Amino acid sequence: MNGLKKFGSKIRIPALSISVALLVGALFIIFTDIEVLGGLLSDPIGALSLGVGRAATAYSALFRGAFGDPENIGKALASDGDTKLWARALRPIVESVVASVPLIFVGLGVSVAFRTGIFNIGGAGQYTMGAVGGTIAALLFGAGVTPAPIAILLVMIFGVIGGAAWAFIPGYLKARVGASEVITTIMLNFIAGQFVFFLVSNFEFIQKPPRNQPVSKELSQFVDLPGILPIAALRLDISIIIALLTAVAVSWFLFRSTRGFELRAAGLNLAAAKYAGIGAGTSIITAMLISGAISGLGGALVAVGAIKQLSPGIGGSVGFTAIAVALGGGTRPSGVVATALVFGLLQHGGSLMQVETSIPIEMLLFIQALVIAFIAAPELTLGILKNPFRRRPRSVGK
Amino acid sequence: MRLELQKITKQFPGVLANDRISISVDKGQVLGLLGENGAGKTTLMNILSGLYKPDSGKILIDGKERIFRDPAQAIDAGIGMVHQHFMLVPVFDVTESVVLGNEPTKGPLGSFDRATARAQVAELSKRHGLHVDPDAKIESLPVGVRQRVEILKALYRKSDILVLDEPSAVLTPQETEELFEIIRGLARGGTSVIFITHKLNEVIAVADKITVLRRGAVAGETIPKKATAAKLAEMMVGREVQLTVSRSKSKVAEPILQVKGLNVLNDAGGLAVNSATFDVRSGEILAVAGVQGNGQTELVEALTGLRLVDSGTVVLEKKPLHAGSPREIAMAGVAHIPEDRNRDGMVKGMTIAENYILNTYHLPQFNKNGLLNRKAIAAATEQAVKDFDIRTPSISTDIASLSGGNQQKVIVAREFSRNVRLVIAAQPTRGLDVGSIEYIHRRIVEQRDAGAAVLIVSTELDEVLALGDRVAVMYEGRIVGILDAKEATRERVGLLMGGITK
Repeated sequence: MNGLKKFGSKIRIPALSISVALLVGALFIIFTDIEVLGGLLSDPIGALSLGVGRAATAYSALFRGAFGDPENIGKALASDGDTKLWARALRPIVESVVASVPLIFVGLGVSVAFRTGIFNIGGAGQYTMGAVGGTIAALLFGAGVTPAPIAILLVMIFGVIGGAAWAFIPGYLKARVGASEVITTIMLNFIAGQFVFFLVSNFEFIQKPPRNQPVSKELSQFVDLPGILPIAALRLDISIIIALLTAVAVSWFLFRSTRGFELRAAGLNLAAAKYAGIGAGTSIITAMLISGAISGLGGALVAVGAIKQLSPGIGGSVGFTAIAVALGGGTRPSGVVATALVFGLLQHGGSLMQVETSIPIEMLLFIQALVIAFIAAPELTLGILKNPFRRRPRSVGK
Repeated sequence: MRLELQKITKQFPGVLANDRISISVDKGQVLGLLGENGAGKTTLMNILSGLYKPDSGKILIDGKERIFRDPAQAIDAGIGMVHQHFMLVPVFDVTESVVLGNEPTKGPLGSFDRATARAQVAELSKRHGLHVDPDAKIESLPVGVRQRVEILKALYRKSDILVLDEPSAVLTPQETEELFEIIRGLARGGTSVIFITHKLNEVIAVADKITVLRRGAVAGETIPKKATAAKLAEMMVGREVQLTVSRSKSKVAEPILQVKGLNVLNDAGGLAVNSATFDVRSGEILAVAGVQGNGQTELVEALTGLRLVDSGTVVLEKKPLHAGSPREIAMAGVAHIPEDRNRDGMVKGMTIAENYILNTYHLPQFNKNGLLNRKAIAAATEQAVKDFDIRTPSISTDIASLSGGNQQKVIVAREFSRNVRLVIAAQPTRGLDVGSIEYIHRRIVEQRDAGAAVLIVSTELDEVLALGDRVAVMYEGRIVGILDAKEATRERVGLLMGGITK
C-alpha cells in the first residue's frame, strides 16, 4: 500500500503534465481552426462546438493511432485467433513502442552525462555512429559469415564502440582543455551525419546497388533481429528488451556502483567531488564513454532491426527529442523509459492524426514540448489545477 | 529622527521570518541588533530598506507611518544601508564612489561637476571624522577604509538613520575600534544607528540599547550596562551557553605536520602564501588568525591537495605531502573541514549517508567489487548520526534540507570517521548557531586530546583565542608571528593582523 502511494506521488506530476498538455493542445486545435475563428463572432456557440468536435476527432485519431482502434481490437477478439486481424489490431501500439526504442536508448545515454553535469547534446551523433558501427558489423559478419547470435552480438559491440568513440572526443576535449561539450557535441552531430553520407555514397561494400542513392544495402539480408511477438507481421524485436535491460543496468550503475556515485557527486558539485578526491577529468571521460556507448547501442539495434538500413538522416530528431525525454524523466532510468513510451505513443498516434485530419504532426511536437515544460515546472502544473476555493494551510515558522 | 518598527511580520514559504517584531531607535541613539544567523535580522532590514513588503506591521519615522515600495523610497526617507559586502566600483576614486547615482552636475548638458563633488565629499568626511582621501582609488584602499566610503555614501544621501550589517566581519580589532569611534561620533551628531551583529562584545561596546532577536521574534531588550556576554548569549540561543571552551592543558608531543618555506600562488598567479614555515605538534591546536583574504584559504587548499604547491615542503609524520592528491592526503590521516562547506564540504542533492561516505566510499568497508555496500554505509551513517547528534528525519534525507549546524556536523563526523593524525579546520563554525559552535569546538578539542595535531584557520578572533594553544597570524601571505596562548592577547594578535610586527 505504501509502495503504491509512493508510486502515486511520483507519477502525479507527469500524469498531470500530460493531461494539461493535451488540454492546452486541444485549445490550440480549436482556436487555430480557421472555420472556428471565422464563426466566432456571428455564432460563437456553433463555432465553439464545431471546434470541440474537431479537437475530439483529432484526439480520437491520436488515440487510435497510439493504442489501436477499439473496433479492430473487438474484431480480433471475436476472430478466434486470426493473425491478420490481430496484427491490424495491435499494430498501432506495437509501432508506438518501436518508436520509443531509440528514445529510450538515447534518453538513457544523455541522462548519464546529465547526471555527471555534462550537457551532452551529442546523442544524435553518437546514435548515428553506433548505427554506422552496427551496419558495418552486420555487413561483415552477417549473412552466414558467423552464426546469427554471434553476428547480433557483434552488431551490438560495434554499435557500442561507435557511439563511445564519438562521445570520447568531446569528453576528452572537455577534460583536457575545457572545451564546452555543448558546442563540440553539436558540431559532431553534423559531422556524424555527413560521415554517413560519405560512407553510403562512396563504398560499394556499404551502398545499396545500383548505387544511385545515398543509402546502405538492405541490412535484413545480413542480420535479422529476432522478433519477440508471435505474429511475424508485427516488427517488435529484441531491441526493446535490450533497452529495458539497459535501463536497469544504468539504474544499477548510477545508484549502486562506486563509479556511479563518483559521477553523480561530480555532477551535483564538482568542487566537493574534487575535495573528496574524485578526479574531474576521469569522471567526465567515463560519463561520456558510457553515455555514447548507450546511444550507440541504440543506433546499431535500430538501424539493423527496425529500419534495416543506414541513411544519413538516421539521427534525425532523435537526439533532441531524447534530451526532452531525459529531462522529462528526471534523468532517472525508470522515468526515461516511461517518458520515452509516452513520446512514442504521441509520435505514432500523431501520424494517424495527420492522415485523418488536417492537423499536422508538428502539433505533437507542441504537445511534447508542453509536457516537458509542465514537468519542468511542477508548481505551474499544480497551480493550473489547484482548486481555487481551497486555501492551502499556511505553514507556521519553526 | 526616531525610527520605529511596529509588529513587523513577514512570512516566507515554510518560515515565519519575522514574527511581530517591534524595535525602535531614537535620534542620536545606537541600537545593537543581536541575533544568530536565521534569527530574522536580514529580513527585517530588507523590509526597512524597501526590498521586501511586510505582511503586516508598520514603519514609523518621527511618529508618521511610511510605506516603502522600493529601496529608492527608503533612501528618500533618510534610511542608509551599509551592507556586509561592499558595493563599490574598484576603479572609481572615492569622490566618484560616494556621489555615484546623485552626482552634482553643471552646465546645460548636465555634465559631472567633479570639483563640487570633491568639495562635498571632503567636507562630509571632515565633519564626521571619516578620514578618507577623496582622490584615492577604491582598489588601493584597505577594507576598513572602503567601509568608511560606504558610510560616506549613506551620509551623502542625507541618511539620518544608518544601518550597518555585520560591519566588523572584515575588520581587524583595531579597525573595529576605529569604526566604533566613527559610530559614536555620528550618534553625537544626531544620526540614529542600527548596528547588526552576532558578536556579543561589540554590542556591549558600542550600543546604547540592545534588542535581541531569536527565531524571527524579539527575545529581549536590554541596555549594555545591565548586559553581560553570557546573558546576551542566553537570550540569543534560548538556553544557557558555555562561551569559553573548557579544555585541559595540551600535552604536546612530537611534531606531526612540518611546513617549510611554503609558497602558493593564487588564481591570478600572485603569491598568496609567502614562504610559510611552521610545525603543528601532536596534542596541540595551532590557530591561524588573520583578516579574510590574507592567504589563509590558499594555505589550507595547498595543505589539503586542492591547490598546487609552488615550492616548499609539507611533511606529515615523515611523509612528504606537498605533491599529494586530496585523496592521498586524506588517506594519510588528514581530516579537512573546508572553509566553504556549501561549495566543498558537501554535495547537496545527495543524502546524508552519501555525504557521509563522500571521501571514504572507495574503502573496502563501503566498496564491494565496485558496488556500494549499502548495508555497511547505512549502519555507519546511523552510528554517526547518533554519535554526533545530527538532527535529521532519516539518513536518506537530502543534506540540503538540514540546518547549517547539522550539515557541519555531518562533515565533521565524516572527517573524524577516519584515523585522524591532523585536523585542518577552516572557519569551522562560520554561520553556525551558538549551540553548534559549542559542539564543534568540543569535538575538535577532543581530537587534540586524543593526540592529533590541529590546525584551525579562523577570521574570528574570539575563536582563535578560545581554541589556540599557539596562535599564528597571517598577513599578506606571510606568517608574521606565532605566539603562545599566554602571549596571544587580543591587542597583540590584532596588531599582527594589521601587519604591525614591531
